[in-house]
Amino acid sequence: MGVLTTIEHFGAFIIETTERWGRSWIFLFRSMVALIRPPYRPYLYFSQILQIGVNSTLVIALIGLFTGAVLAVQGEYTLSKFGANAYTGPAVALSLIRELGPVLTALMVIGRAGSAVTAELGIMRITEQIDALRSMAVDPIKYLMAPRLFAGVIAMPLLCGIFNVVGIFGGYVVAVGLLGLSAGTFMSQIESAVALVDIYSGFIKATVFGLIFGWVSCYKGYTCGFGAQGVNKATTQSVVTASVAVLIVDYFLTSVLTRVFMK
Amino acid sequence: MISVRNIYKRFGSQVVLEGVTLDIEPGKTTAVVGPSGVGKSVLLKLIMGIMTPDRGEVYIGGENMTAARTERARNDIRRSLGVLFQSAALFDSLTIYDNIAFSLRERVGLSATKAHSKVLDMAASLSLTPYLQNFPEQVSIGIRKRVGMARALITEPKVLLVDEPNTGLDPLDGQEVYDLINACKNQWGFTGLVISHELPEVFQVSDRVAMILKGAIIAEGTPAELTASQDPAVQQFLNGRTDGPIKIQ
Ligand SMILES: Nc1ncnc2c1ncn2[C@@H]1O[C@H](COP(=O)(O)OP(=O)(O)O)[C@@H](O)[C@H]1O
Ligand SMILES: [Mg+2]
Repeated sequence: MGVLTTIEHFGAFIIETTERWGRSWIFLFRSMVALIRPPYRPYLYFSQILQIGVNSTLVIALIGLFTGAVLAVQGEYTLSKFGANAYTGPAVALSLIRELGPVLTALMVIGRAGSAVTAELGIMRITEQIDALRSMAVDPIKYLMAPRLFAGVIAMPLLCGIFNVVGIFGGYVVAVGLLGLSAGTFMSQIESAVALVDIYSGFIKATVFGLIFGWVSCYKGYTCGFGAQGVNKATTQSVVTASVAVLIVDYFLTSVLTRVFMK
Repeated sequence: MISVRNIYKRFGSQVVLEGVTLDIEPGKTTAVVGPSGVGKSVLLKLIMGIMTPDRGEVYIGGENMTAARTERARNDIRRSLGVLFQSAALFDSLTIYDNIAFSLRERVGLSATKAHSKVLDMAASLSLTPYLQNFPEQVSIGIRKRVGMARALITEPKVLLVDEPNTGLDPLDGQEVYDLINACKNQWGFTGLVISHELPEVFQVSDRVAMILKGAIIAEGTPAELTASQDPAVQQFLNGRTDGPIKIQ
């Protein structure tokens, strides 16, 4: 009896999970189709880029600055053990461009804008605003989801670029201003060590993370359960799921991109 | 005008509707009444085509909503519907003006000038002119309901669906919503379907009443016929007694 119920529960769990996966992929597919089909509503896209992207600029620049600064301190410390502290510049730049820029930008945008997107859509769901849209023959996937997904994909790489530039500046200030490295060495070593492929792979990552951000935060909001409880749960799940997904996808993407670009 | 044929709907193991059949005559207003949780809102969503029945069919003006497989096909049928939601469901990121203009812009694709004069006319006839630049959270629930009505009626739908006209409202605001429904009915002449658990208040907007219980329609008729019904469940519900065939969980 006990074994049977366990198997039953396990089966139900598998079915439920598979179904949810399927639904979320259909959701993503429909959002993408909605992007390319008329009517286009450019003002919705601009307003989402403003809310998700432009309004995140300051906080992204701030954490970029300090991430670059701390990388310079740690990089100089480690490299000086090998008498190689002249390479502090590339250490900062490559860590930022290849890895920390995309990942930290994504985590920050997910925490700031992802929770907001999920909560907003969740409240629209429980107050029947999404039902109202459908009753007025306006497709909520097109009206609400597509602009947010698009804004995530556009804003994430741009924010990541800002993060990198400000981060390298932060590293420069610490390495040159405080730790006494030569300004010329710092910059010229970056120039010779950073290749275009590093920048490409960073931007590809940021774009994929932008998609994950938009997909998860919209889907969690759209499928939000009843009541304030439902919104609460959806928001938490949205932030956790998107953050974990970013880190997992990051590993695989890094492996693949490194292979592809090294050949 | 609306015909619901033998509808079944369940959520997981919970059976909500079990063979509901209902015909709503054109030009009349029908109330569907019943205790909370019997599936009245579900019935409304099935009629709007935002939920799909497990079995049975919904026709709106002769068109089969259930057989419409794509959202686009359902949207074509939805054009004849206007809906006033329970808490109005106004878009809270838009002003009251933009809420009223919503369908005209997003669905009908009317030019700004044409939409503008329509919105102003509608606002004037529902005494909403002073509030047009406010956001929904800045006005009372009674006014939000009026805005919801304006938003629903701006495209002159053939059918108006109303979910719980006065739940959550104080008696004065509630009465105002009933007066509003009657006034709008006279002016626009739609077919109405009102969902409510408030008896006998809802009778004042109803030409016909259907009572739903345990997933099926158990009584149907004019308000007077329902009041005179000998059915113990109907009598219990009308008189608000706790003893009788309706079990309170
Ligand atoms: N989307 C849904 N998923 C699961 N259960 C639902 C859903 N919508 C409604 N229900 C259930 O259906 C029953 C009827 O709900 P409803 O139609 O809202 O009742 P009411 O008659 O008060 O309007 C309730 O028990 C509710 O929990
Ligand atoms: Mg209800």
